[in-house]
Amino acid sequence: MTTLSNQGKIDISCWDGTISQHEFHTAASAFAERWNKFNAALPQCSWVARPKSPYLSSTSKESCGGGDDKEGEEELSCSRFQEDDFIDGATMLQNHDDASHHYDFHVVYNASYRVPVLYFRAYCSDGRTLVLDDVEKSIPAISAKLLMLSKWTFITQEDHPYLNCPWYTLHPCGTSEWMKMLFSYEPAVDHGGVAVAKYLVSWFSVAGQVFGLKIPFEMLSSIGN
Amino acid sequence: MGSKTATEAQKYVWEGAIPLQIHLHESEVTTLPSPSPALILAPRIGYLPLLVPQIKPFFSSTLPPGSDTVWFEYQGLPLKWYIPTGVLYDLLCAEPERPWNLTVHFRGYPGNILTPCEGEDSVKWSFINSLKEAAYIVNGNCKNVMNMSQSDQSELWRSVLNGNLEAYIRVSSKLKLGLGGDDFSIKLNTSSLKYRQSAADAEASATIKAGKCFTLGDAVKALLPELFPDKSLPNDSMSLPQVEDGEGSALEEASDTGSARSPEDTGELVRECQDSCSLSETADVKLIRIQGIEPKLEIPFAWVVNNLMNPEHFLHISVYVRVQEPITV
Repeated sequence: MTTLSNQGKIDISCWDGTISQHEFHTAASAFAERWNKFNAALPQCSWVARPKSPYLSSTSKESCGGGDDKEGEEELSCSRFQEDDFIDGATMLQNHDDASHHYDFHVVYNASYRVPVLYFRAYCSDGRTLVLDDVEKSIPAISAKLLMLSKWTFITQEDHPYLNCPWYTLHPCGTSEWMKMLFSYEPAVDHGGVAVAKYLVSWFSVAGQVFGLKIPFEMLSSIGN
Repeated sequence: MGSKTATEAQKYVWEGAIPLQIHLHESEVTTLPSPSPALILAPRIGYLPLLVPQIKPFFSSTLPPGSDTVWFEYQGLPLKWYIPTGVLYDLLCAEPERPWNLTVHFRGYPGNILTPCEGEDSVKWSFINSLKEAAYIVNGNCKNVMNMSQSDQSELWRSVLNGNLEAYIRVSSKLKLGLGGDDFSIKLNTSSLKYRQSAADAEASATIKAGKCFTLGDAVKALLPELFPDKSLPNDSMSLPQVEDGEGSALEEASDTGSARSPEDTGELVRECQDSCSLSETADVKLIRIQGIEPKLEIPFAWVVNNLMNPEHFLHISVYVRVQEPITV
């Protein structure tokens, strides 16, 4: 359970590592805002809110090519959701062969586990979906080890909860455990708790590692307590 | 199903089956005359991929060369294999079709629509995963499922495979997926926000309402408030009684983002309903189906949960909604 004071803080002494849907909304807005602010070099993040459950979306785009078909598709499917704050976004990862792989990332709130879940799909420039083997090959070596060693970060293929088609996902069952651990290192613990707004940024600092995506230091420090 | 012996209703549910008439897709028929459809009785609480060993012999002599990647479809709609057969049937057949005519494919798996399924292992993994999710919702962690011994896990899965209710109860009762006591607790995801923010108030109102029973109707209204606009929802869902039960289970409404993965009539209709703000004038609930029956909404929800839930501890509710099309000129 999370105890929310008026300042939106988490009292981690009795915290189970999870957040409510409302807290997710707060944290996701903070994340998107700061991602867009501090990752100007990387493509922007968009906040796609569904009537019932919101999620964040980040679409892959070629750095040299500019708008490809996939971007258009992403925009179309997102615009159906009819919500404000839609800013298109993209993140590009390059594998060692210099053949561009495109990744779409969605961060979706999971109401059962009460944590954010990372969904992603990977495809080549020609639109062909990458199989998990290819994905694991293009993931930075460090995180591949992370995947093997950590019982918390295993990749499965599941139906995207809103798009209703198969995406890869990092399974959510361990998230609350490592979020609890992560926040226990927070220096702000003694000063009335950790801001909810920090949750997603911290979460992504671990989840993003799998893909070699790092959080700029400014993103974390800018969220005041 | 925490009690040591099965109730009558549980036995009916576990014995429930759907007669299937399975046709091989015409593109995969390489011989003449084309094979007759396979007639199979499918357990409601089972899953379609588990039937493949029974189905394959009907068609093996006519299949084109290649390895099998089996998938099913109903009237052109690829079926999500991880949804229990009975739920698929309740959701997709407004007028129950007997036998239920399905088409099977052994080639050309639509990987962009269906997640991969490698037979029994995939189904078992999905089942255990759902059980873990249910445990997490009920207990706040899935330790009980994760700590199951290999033999217990195998026995549990086999009991589902074979439809052996006694064996299932024997193993599952060790899981302690209940919260103890005589009362029940419902974690309804869509209301979790309000529930948690006003936990204190919920406790208070629950005590006051101690004498009154939480019914199936109450549960459906709490899950799909947008479909019951003219009924006064008691205090913003704070009426969720925080009382404990011998059995806890997670609630999954089939009409929403729950088990209705397939964008069929009901799923689509309800999604449209949720996207429009002025719902009250345009949609109403026509039918609520659980395990093939239409339970009266006055039935105590605890009874529904204990007796009608699936082995993975999820209760699947299929909801049919009638939406009036706006008239466009």
